[in-house]
Amino acid sequence: MKKLLLALATTTAVLGFAAAASAQEKAKICFVYVGSKTDGGWTQAHDIGRQQVENELGDKVETQFLENVPEGPDAERAIERLARSGCGLIFTTSFGFMDATITIAQKFPDVKFEHATGYKTAPNVATYNSRFYEGRYIQGQIAAKMSEKGVAGYIASFPIPEVVMGINSFVIGARSVNPDFKIKVIWANTWFDPGKEADAAKALIDQGVDILTQHTDTTAPMQVAAERGIKAFGQASDMIAAGPKTQLTAIVDTWGAYYVKRAQAFLDGTWESTSSWDGLKDGILTMAPYTNMPDDVKAMAEATEAKIKSGELKPFTGPLNKQDGSPWLKEGETADDATLLGMNFYVEGVDDKLPQ
Amino acid sequence: MGIVEAILLSVITAATPLVLAAAGELVAERSGVLNLGVEGMMIMGAVCAFAATQITGSPYLGVLAGIAAGALFSLLFGVLTLTLVANQVATGLALTLLGLGASGMIGESFLGMQGIKLQPIAIPLLSEIPVVGPLLFRQDAIFYLSIAIVAGVHWFLFSSRAGLKLRAVGDSHASAHALGVDVIRTRYLAVLFGGACAGLAGAQLSLVYTPQWVENMSAGRGWIALALVVFSSWRPWRVVAGGYLFGAVSISQLHAQAFGIGIPSQFLSSLPYVATIVVLILISHNRRMTLINTPASLGKPFVPDR
Repeated sequence: MKKLLLALATTTAVLGFAAAASAQEKAKICFVYVGSKTDGGWTQAHDIGRQQVENELGDKVETQFLENVPEGPDAERAIERLARSGCGLIFTTSFGFMDATITIAQKFPDVKFEHATGYKTAPNVATYNSRFYEGRYIQGQIAAKMSEKGVAGYIASFPIPEVVMGINSFVIGARSVNPDFKIKVIWANTWFDPGKEADAAKALIDQGVDILTQHTDTTAPMQVAAERGIKAFGQASDMIAAGPKTQLTAIVDTWGAYYVKRAQAFLDGTWESTSSWDGLKDGILTMAPYTNMPDDVKAMAEATEAKIKSGELKPFTGPLNKQDGSPWLKEGETADDATLLGMNFYVEGVDDKLPQ
Repeated sequence: MGIVEAILLSVITAATPLVLAAAGELVAERSGVLNLGVEGMMIMGAVCAFAATQITGSPYLGVLAGIAAGALFSLLFGVLTLTLVANQVATGLALTLLGLGASGMIGESFLGMQGIKLQPIAIPLLSEIPVVGPLLFRQDAIFYLSIAIVAGVHWFLFSSRAGLKLRAVGDSHASAHALGVDVIRTRYLAVLFGGACAGLAGAQLSLVYTPQWVENMSAGRGWIALALVVFSSWRPWRVVAGGYLFGAVSISQLHAQAFGIGIPSQFLSSLPYVATIVVLILISHNRRMTLINTPASLGKPFVPDR
């Protein structure tokens, strides 16, 4: 019995030493995904970023990921598992992982966490997000130029500030070109159900919209738009394959630059908790090629993109009214980030009642 | 095309997979087998139909592959529950989980591919009738099959000798066995039929509804089909009524939103499920009626004396 114990103790020690040694050689950087890494949308974009970390930092890091982690109690277990398995830096890549991330971060003060698109931070929890709305503003402008009926359809997922912000930015962009432009919104109340997204797309088209945009994750709406012969915008990834003659452009999440920067800071020991919110100019968000549109529309879109990158144009700049017509921003006034991140109202031009 | 027609067309597309999967499960349950793996068989059908279509270029071969995949997957259920007498509820749940995982694995290399849509077939003359023609007679083969299957199931259960035997097996397997009916064989065939129908329902998802493959694309439709069987109190044509009611509620809530009707969208989204629960309550309220139709040995394993 003693011998057995001794053998066990030795093995444990050796294993422990080996683990410690390898941990010193390579920093383990981990990712928690809400979907599948090949979903063609949100999660795939994050995984491409992860691969960029591996490619650029090479032997210094080792990455690991968990896919299809449901939001809710399971997320806590998944994050904790990674924290226990020696991950030094953990990226949790869905809004719904926010509370789980904070809870586990309190249990593991030595592990660094980064949560995508949330607003809660801690000494070892940073947040990062992308200014998707900058791309949606450009899309709105294109929609206003391309739509004959002056009405666009918007398939939305859940009524959270991120999505409301996108709808508003799209409308503000469209109204900068055509002050009478309107949009119809359908809340699918899901991120991911191709059947339901397709049905929503059909319902919008049947009710007379001739441009479609979406804030859900599958290419089903793009497919329906292609079938019905109207134009549409891609979401999170370049969806041109689903609608070669349909997609006007897409906002493409390109997280790689941010992931590499943060992983490097972690390696250098300079990592600290930040709330990062980069946009088009930082390359965290890019526009898919402007296609299926006349040259003048393309030129307008490119000019707007350049203005946003240079900081000359900020989408949420007054004069702007709220949906009921009451004034929100005065001439030249720009909404601050806190307002945007907590956005729970529509601007003028949205033909929908916001679910509260 | 008017807006009413457009809505009805979407309803048909949304209801067809539910009707198919429920009709298949109805036959299995009538034989006394409760297979909760409908979602798993459906998603296997979806991925195999899509894969076969991509490989062969023919959506019809895809449909066949979907049917075969559903049937094969249900065979696994049959072996476990009928031959090895495993618990039906647990095995069915496991089948769903296995199906969701396995389909993800099979489908990995088909993600993001452009789907090939199963084209509608216009039936001569009938498709020329205004309104009804385009809706009912300019549809894809799977829709026609779904109606034919329900009609066939109805005829089989209530007008054929084999159907009578199947119902006898479902109501009292011991008596049926004593009368010389091969209980296990009957149940195997019923389970296989249920699997084939679920597989066909899956093929409709990846070839008609949204011609593409994405993981978990069945999104809970297998569970709705299971509820429809109870909803229909095990009568085939009521499956159709229930399936179309569910489809109608889920499509009209989307239209209500697009019209800008000021009802919270979360409430509207839950309407189809609320409707299902309400009807289930109404039906189970009439206890006598439920008892008449419920297969008496549903979910009970049969072990013949040797």
